[in-house]
Amino acid sequence: MRHGIITLFLALPLAAAFLLAAVGGAKRRFAEIVGVSSPLALLALAVYVFFVRGSEPLVYSFSGWPAPLGVVWVLDGLSMLMLLAANFVAAAVAVYSVGYMKSYTAPAKYYALFNLMVGAMNALALSGDIFNIYVFLEIASVAAYALAAFGLGRDELEASFKYVILGSTASAFILMGVAIIYSATGSLNLADIAAVLAARTADSSGGAIRLAALLMTSGFALKAGLVPFHAWLPDVHSSAPSPVSAMLSGMLIKVAGLYAMARIFFFIAPVARIMPNILVFLGVLSMIVGVLLALGQWDFKRLLAYHSVSQVGYIALGLGLGTPLGIAAGLYHLINHAVFKSLMFLNAGAVEYSAGTRDLKSAGGLAARMPVTGATSLTASLAIAGVPPLNGFWSKFMIIIAAFQAGRYFAGAAAAIVSVLTLASFLKVQKYVFWGKTKENLSSVKEVPLSMTLPMAALAVACVLLGIFYPVVRDTLIQPAAMVLVRALEYSAGAIK
Amino acid sequence: MINYFLVFVLFGVGLYGVLVKKNIVKKILGLAIFTYAVNLFFVLIGYKAGGAAPIFAVGSEANFVDPLPQAIVLTAIVIDLAILALAVAIALRIYEKHGTFDITEIRNLKG
Repeated sequence: MRHGIITLFLALPLAAAFLLAAVGGAKRRFAEIVGVSSPLALLALAVYVFFVRGSEPLVYSFSGWPAPLGVVWVLDGLSMLMLLAANFVAAAVAVYSVGYMKSYTAPAKYYALFNLMVGAMNALALSGDIFNIYVFLEIASVAAYALAAFGLGRDELEASFKYVILGSTASAFILMGVAIIYSATGSLNLADIAAVLAARTADSSGGAIRLAALLMTSGFALKAGLVPFHAWLPDVHSSAPSPVSAMLSGMLIKVAGLYAMARIFFFIAPVARIMPNILVFLGVLSMIVGVLLALGQWDFKRLLAYHSVSQVGYIALGLGLGTPLGIAAGLYHLINHAVFKSLMFLNAGAVEYSAGTRDLKSAGGLAARMPVTGATSLTASLAIAGVPPLNGFWSKFMIIIAAFQAGRYFAGAAAAIVSVLTLASFLKVQKYVFWGKTKENLSSVKEVPLSMTLPMAALAVACVLLGIFYPVVRDTLIQPAAMVLVRALEYSAGAIK
Repeated sequence: MINYFLVFVLFGVGLYGVLVKKNIVKKILGLAIFTYAVNLFFVLIGYKAGGAAPIFAVGSEANFVDPLPQAIVLTAIVIDLAILALAVAIALRIYEKHGTFDITEIRNLKG
């Protein structure tokens, strides 16, 4: 395999986005074909690369300039995990959009922005230097701001404006952090930064790195929606069109927030020792506050958004523990949450599409009228609540064990209790929306079209398979990714050469 | 050192505008100000007292300012432009829907 193939992860969606933007007034059918085939091709490419890549991290240098002078992309276990998850969710959401976005105008613009966001997320996962991480973070964010406002309704605009302002503030903090790291180490390449820092005695640039780490943590925590930086998330994720919510809640907050934070953070971790504690603290706070706020929600999508805050807390907790088991658990929960939370937003979209409501109280008994939506939603609810043998169970279980092993008993206990509250919250959703007698005014509700049921079914199957084949998934996907972070320093020495 | 201090003052002014002002146009201006502050900070890092522009020529002295921050800031400015344009477009749409730029009067969402 030629190394250059990984540039297709960005080139393909960019080409699709450019084509769609260039022929903005094109027919809906054309926009759908181009817009959907690109994420599907990316998923195929991700699977292909997964099988043909070697055991060593694959380094591609742009224009042949080697690191640290040139720009490099690094495909290691962690990038591979993010690419597979991002492109799987993106492909499912793109197919779903064909049905859902029928009621919206300007399909070419929608798919152009969608592809731009997917391409930027892929490139972010592959970037080997902190400035490129910033650039692709911004491209993904700009596309997300525009997509969040796509319906141009009152709430959508208000939410999107909030998102632009807060997101850009976070980006400015991140860029400030990049600048400080550059001034302290003279490099932007992650592996090079790690090598420079490792070669120094701990104290010579500790203060600057700690300041940079603090700035970046607040920036990335806002992008990830961790409490107390979560204020925008429920508004944006509940107002945006459902496929966009699925993409934002399912992938963007993780790639742009947690992945980028972990990627940078584990390279500078030896210098900034205080960071794990901050991550654990934010994680536990998000878990508890998110689920408590979610319990009182009666808007389907708002409830899901608050659960995103809570579940992101689990991932941050796992990563912050810093032990091999904790990191693996955090990453496993990251992909699990990507799968079931995007599925739930698609379910919420299907309910809104067919029954015309997001209010839990005004729906009821829809499982009889919408069997696929009901069944997939039940799967996702059980998975997020951590019922065995579904995927959510294993990752939460691992996080709790890792927390106890690391001696953080309060965090472990909180994770267990929040899991129970999550179950209660989703039983409420099931009871009010799907179970019981169908309400009179909903008796003519029909199941959504095939283009929407198929992606939901695929995501539900993924929830089950990721749970049942837990040992296989752990050994082939999660462990290699976790080892990247665990061995960040040793690996970095190998990547520069 | 005074330069860095002034950059942080500029950053603070922008942040104040974003966080405190009620008018969304002023919030956007605040956003623009603090992104400028970050860009200025980045350029300052590469500055060297008495350094020349980083253009190699035969016989030129090798006392250059660091060119990398300049290249980076160019990219950052383009990104900021895109965000600014988007923010202004959204602000215009908000004005069409609500007839006001006052954020306290258009607060439907609870956050």
